[in-house]
Amino acid sequence: MIARRHFLQASLATSALIGASGFGNWSRLAAQQTLSQDDLIGPDGSGNVTLIHITDIHAQTQPIWFREPEINLGVGDVAGLPPHLTGDAFRKAFGIEKGSAMDYALTYDDFVALAKTYGKMGGLDRISTVVKAIRADRPDALLLDGGDTWQGSLPALRSNGADMVKLFNALKTDAMTAHWEFTLGLDRVNEIIEGEFAGAFLGANIFDATWDEPAYEPMTMVERGGQQIAIIGQAFPYLPIANPSWLFPDLSFGVRQERMAAVVQEARDAGAAAVVVLSHNGFDVDRQMAANVPGIDVILTGHTHDAIPEPVMVGQTALIASGSHGKFVSRVDLDVQSDGVKAINHRLIPIFSDVITPDAEMTAMVDETRAPYADEMAEVVGRTSSLLYRRGNFNGTWDDLICNALISQREADIALSPGFRWGASLLPDQDITREDIFNVTAMSYPNAYRTEMSGEQLHLIMEDVADNLFNPDPYYQQGGDMVRVGGMGYRIDVSQPQGSRITDMTLLRDGTPIEPDKTYNVAGWASVNEGTEGPPIWEVVEAHIREQGDVSIDPNASVDVAAG
Amino acid sequence: MIMTRRKTLATGIGAMGAALFVPQLAMAATTEEAISAFTGGATPGEGDLTLTAPEIAENGNTVPIEVSAPGAESIIILAAGNPNPDVATFNFGPLAGEQSASTRIRLAKTQDVVAVAKMSDGSFIQAKQEVKVTIGGCGG
Repeated sequence: MIARRHFLQASLATSALIGASGFGNWSRLAAQQTLSQDDLIGPDGSGNVTLIHITDIHAQTQPIWFREPEINLGVGDVAGLPPHLTGDAFRKAFGIEKGSAMDYALTYDDFVALAKTYGKMGGLDRISTVVKAIRADRPDALLLDGGDTWQGSLPALRSNGADMVKLFNALKTDAMTAHWEFTLGLDRVNEIIEGEFAGAFLGANIFDATWDEPAYEPMTMVERGGQQIAIIGQAFPYLPIANPSWLFPDLSFGVRQERMAAVVQEARDAGAAAVVVLSHNGFDVDRQMAANVPGIDVILTGHTHDAIPEPVMVGQTALIASGSHGKFVSRVDLDVQSDGVKAINHRLIPIFSDVITPDAEMTAMVDETRAPYADEMAEVVGRTSSLLYRRGNFNGTWDDLICNALISQREADIALSPGFRWGASLLPDQDITREDIFNVTAMSYPNAYRTEMSGEQLHLIMEDVADNLFNPDPYYQQGGDMVRVGGMGYRIDVSQPQGSRITDMTLLRDGTPIEPDKTYNVAGWASVNEGTEGPPIWEVVEAHIREQGDVSIDPNASVDVAAG
Repeated sequence: MIMTRRKTLATGIGAMGAALFVPQLAMAATTEEAISAFTGGATPGEGDLTLTAPEIAENGNTVPIEVSAPGAESIIILAAGNPNPDVATFNFGPLAGEQSASTRIRLAKTQDVVAVAKMSDGSFIQAKQEVKVTIGGCGG
């Protein structure tokens, strides 16, 4: 049998070259099926300073399937702008050929067929190979991790993030910022920062809530290419709202635009020739911050899991979006002189796991972190005949499965599942292992609650979450996607203001309208309230899959979307 | 991690200073009435008045806000969506080093926070910002 790696390399027809950030080149290469490791990593870089950006890996150390969203609506000024492009619009904007490798990596269409052609993506040992190759060219390249690193898998959950800290130390991570990290609890985060993580932990917008003063280092200054480079961290602004604040009491976050402007100024005053923001704001928030805060050369964006093949320029600021789950690594080469950044080159390097050779050292280290849980993770729980994925503004089949599990196992009328954007996909006709279930559920507040809610309360929740996603002012958006709903259909008009977006809420069981005064049994998980009771969601999902044996998810037709 | 005041105090070596302000309650029924009472009926314009507040409140019961208006004699703060919109009036004497103040306010729901400053020339300027009070819980 010919390994896919060999197949892809064997058909090398010409010595194709990839330009610095070339779009047309990607499609030409892919059309010729000429992917090789060297093509993916690319030629030596330009300039005198190199940044390597990894973000939102969500503790995925193994190659995975990951389907990008079919629906990713932008509202207000950002409608139709990257990253709010999917399918044909995405391919057209970036000159990507349908059916090509980059099409598979960056869009949703024909996902199952293309997945079989191009294979899984990611894997920390492949990422390590890419990082080492970049460092062979530029030994002092800075490795910057945008956060959401210590959460999202069974080993990360069980080891309280210790596995990922160890592995990212091995990658020689220079600095990171955070979001889900804080859901491990404040004491654990501080323990890691003080004793385990070898890089700098940065968050200019993390404050002590009582004293309103900085709680963590805002930035680090390093000399590269003979120039001072400032790396400023920006943690997820809405941690105490989107995640349980009782896990990190007394910390306050927020966008804090004035604070960012002050820290940028401080960096410039201290002689920074280049200012890089390592951000977990989410793309639209970063776009607005770049427009409002002068003096930032590069924002390495995160949180919203967007992969964009070229920098998005906002004035003089380049926004880089490096995807999620280890699917991509960004290489950013800067030409930095004493009077500023003269040029920027960016490569979004797709980690095709069958093309890039694993770094054996990292493979061994990853295996070591997984060994204590290997048997538990490998246990087959059932099988799926449907593609299971998570991304999309309104639903994903993984979430449909979770909602079905909540309704059947918790005997509820309606199920709510948070609009998380993390979680690997599964192809049809694949076994579902316990590891697969944890890849979409592993977190520190997993209790599956069951409660009574009035129709009015349900509507309030739907409107509140919708506004967090579709408020036309990005600073009022929290990222994530719309709460997933089982057992209830609704219509949403994203162009309306809060309170008027959600209509036609219907109980699917009998087709009756949801009545404001009537009480419904609602099951859900990941409540931000302290003391939430119920079994962990992975037990609920596992029990449901075992009962089903073979899981099949019908296309979800219960959300009617009007985009205005 | 930075040595915060919280940590310093916890280790018992701290000393602290506090600034005080006295809330002045005019008990106006609406924001418009409160502004009108403050300005003597004049409509405030725009100017160098900075109101800093979070876009989304982390805790609606205690929302940190800050106002600053160089050259102001006094600044009134109003929470337009609260049952009683009056929050506070800050008066700055001639010896005040700077005309800025910060406090924490309680917001019943998503609403505009409004600040109006009386300047030394007798003019009035206004700034406002929407602060969202959300039930939250689904970011990711």
